[in-house]
Amino acid sequence: MSTIETPRRKAAWAAVDLVVLLYALVPVVWIVSLSLKTDGTLNDGNFFPRAITWDAYDQIFNNDDFLRALLNSIGICLISTFVALILGTMAAYAIARLDFPGKRSIVGISLLIAMFPQIALVTPLFRIETAIGIFDTWLGLIIPYITFALPLAIYTLSAFFREIPWELEKAAKMDGATPFQAFRKVIAPLALPGVFTTAILVFISCWNDFLFAISLTSSSNARTVPAALSYFTGATTFEKPTAAIAAGAVVITIPIILFVLFFQRRIVAGLTSGAVKG
Amino acid sequence: MAEIVLDNVVKRYPDGALAVDHLNLEIADGEFIILVGPSGCGKSTTLNMVAGLEDITSGELRIDGKVVNDKAPKDRDIAMVFQSYALYPHMTVYENMAFPLTLAGTDKDTIRQKVGDAAEMLELTQHLERRPANLSGGQRQRVAMGRAIVRQPKAFLMDEPLSNLDAKLRVQMRTQVSRIQKKLGTTTLYVTHDQTEAMTLGDRVVVMRGGIVQQVGSPAFLYDHPANLFVAGFIGSPSMNFVPATLDGGTLHSPLGDLPLPDEHRRAVESGAKGREVIVGLRPEHFEDAALVNDPSRGATVDVTIDLVESMGSDVFAYFTVDAQLGGSGGLDELARDTGAEMGVGGVQVTARLEPTSRVSAGQPARLWVDTSKIQVFDPKSGDNLTARVG
Ligand SMILES: Nc1ncnc2c1ncn2[C@@H]1O[C@H](COP(=O)(O)OP(=O)(O)O)[C@@H](O)[C@H]1O
Ligand SMILES: [Mg+2]
Repeated sequence: MSTIETPRRKAAWAAVDLVVLLYALVPVVWIVSLSLKTDGTLNDGNFFPRAITWDAYDQIFNNDDFLRALLNSIGICLISTFVALILGTMAAYAIARLDFPGKRSIVGISLLIAMFPQIALVTPLFRIETAIGIFDTWLGLIIPYITFALPLAIYTLSAFFREIPWELEKAAKMDGATPFQAFRKVIAPLALPGVFTTAILVFISCWNDFLFAISLTSSSNARTVPAALSYFTGATTFEKPTAAIAAGAVVITIPIILFVLFFQRRIVAGLTSGAVKG
Repeated sequence: MAEIVLDNVVKRYPDGALAVDHLNLEIADGEFIILVGPSGCGKSTTLNMVAGLEDITSGELRIDGKVVNDKAPKDRDIAMVFQSYALYPHMTVYENMAFPLTLAGTDKDTIRQKVGDAAEMLELTQHLERRPANLSGGQRQRVAMGRAIVRQPKAFLMDEPLSNLDAKLRVQMRTQVSRIQKKLGTTTLYVTHDQTEAMTLGDRVVVMRGGIVQQVGSPAFLYDHPANLFVAGFIGSPSMNFVPATLDGGTLHSPLGDLPLPDEHRRAVESGAKGREVIVGLRPEHFEDAALVNDPSRGATVDVTIDLVESMGSDVFAYFTVDAQLGGSGGLDELARDTGAEMGVGGVQVTARLEPTSRVSAGQPARLWVDTSKIQVFDPKSGDNLTARVG
């Protein structure tokens, strides 16, 4: 592999990056564009709107169901992420640090859960939740979200934890640290990037869920935004509220962007390099 | 400053592996002790037990007369330099070196002063604000040393601290480690598998094999009076030559030729009846080109055919093969494994270190003189040196 950096090579990579970026951004720009178009110009074939209107945004922010769904989404996803991270961190720590019988099968089984087709669980979950009375509640969504977020969290976190040079813990002890000080001053700062990365991944996977959100809720009590969007109605039954749905999609992307930006600054790439060897 | 005593210390890992077996060692205050031995012989385990990072299965560890078996590392006041350096990657060099002092609650000015002094001694002053990732291997090694010395601990433990450096840097750092230790006068336990480091650094050297101490002594003593085949083969480079022989009164019949034993040696091996099988050990420098020896009758002369000659300028190394089998005698097979040498294939190879004026050449027969007063005679079964007390 050659790693020589010539201007030509740089230009070539810039071009490739640009293509990938465009490919990824076109649908996003399209949605933003749709949300800003007036009703009449929705199908005029222009990628960029000629006249910009904020009507769609007015409409959704005056819609109590949407606001309530936004609140549900934020609350349910934050709680699920938090709990999954706590449990996942403990499990991943054990997997990365300790040798115990059945370690491999734990990782294997947790991956199996992630691969299980969620649609097959919808009916049983619906029956269980109605039977025990958590159908259409936050808890009714938080539980399956944690279930499916945990394998992801355990797998990602244990990969990160394995990379931590654990000899540093010994070094800290020799330098006079108590076990807790060794954890707080040496191990935790090195583990945090992994925890934040996992937090982002888990949060996004909960935030984007539609299947459980639509099948385990029946009112705005616990309905999250992806499900609420599908209940949007237009002015008449025959009119699709395209602009409003697009506006809703734009709005629910914003928390994710904020979430990523907030945590990304704490992810310093290659933080663990330089600890060991020469 | 401290005196460290290991009293019948045993380490058995939970999986049943016996890593250290009844180790006894008294380290005097200010002494520089080297633990040396092939990989897996229990050196790191011993060091970690002194550090408090591993439990002691049985026996006692005393520091300054107090039993510390159950004390946490932080209560033993011992600093350690790790083979991997184990620097904190999220801290600058300054913060790394200040870390032990910060934990001890030292005030800021004292910390600045002490870290500054250590950085100066280690030539790290202009790197204090950098992070470990941006340092060279040698600089990282010095930071690790700095972190150990800032808090003036009772003792230093070093686990192969130089083994990740390239050869040239290793020699430089070796002298620096030695200088620092002399200057600070701190009791030091230093682990290495490199016999050169052991010979050049330590006041005393402890040779270990399979968790058992083979011999303890000054480098010169181990070199001249190895207790057994293992120590004899491990200490010295190029290593001692071993040739099987039969003892017959005052003469050793060996494939090299007949070697008469000096009186003192003869008395030492007296117990051996006629016809006893032994292994003869001869260091390379105890050979000489017979043409260059004034009084060859003082030793013995042997005729061999030289395979290869390496002229180093100051010395000539001549290699030749004698037709013999060494078998798996006490410790020799393990040494061979450690150096990657093949045992008993096509005879025994012998190295002779000759004067640079020697005229021996490859493929030619040569007459070599052997200084028989330096001969070591070993028991092939136990590996014990029968002549250990001679001279
Ligand atoms: N954590 C451990 N569990 C079980 N056996 C171990 C452990 N650490 C070391 N050993 C064994 O103990 C012996 C001594 O190891 P070590 O002290 O690391 O050797 P050295 O440092 O001399 O190379 C080896 O045989 C090794 O396999
Ligand atoms: Mg070791």
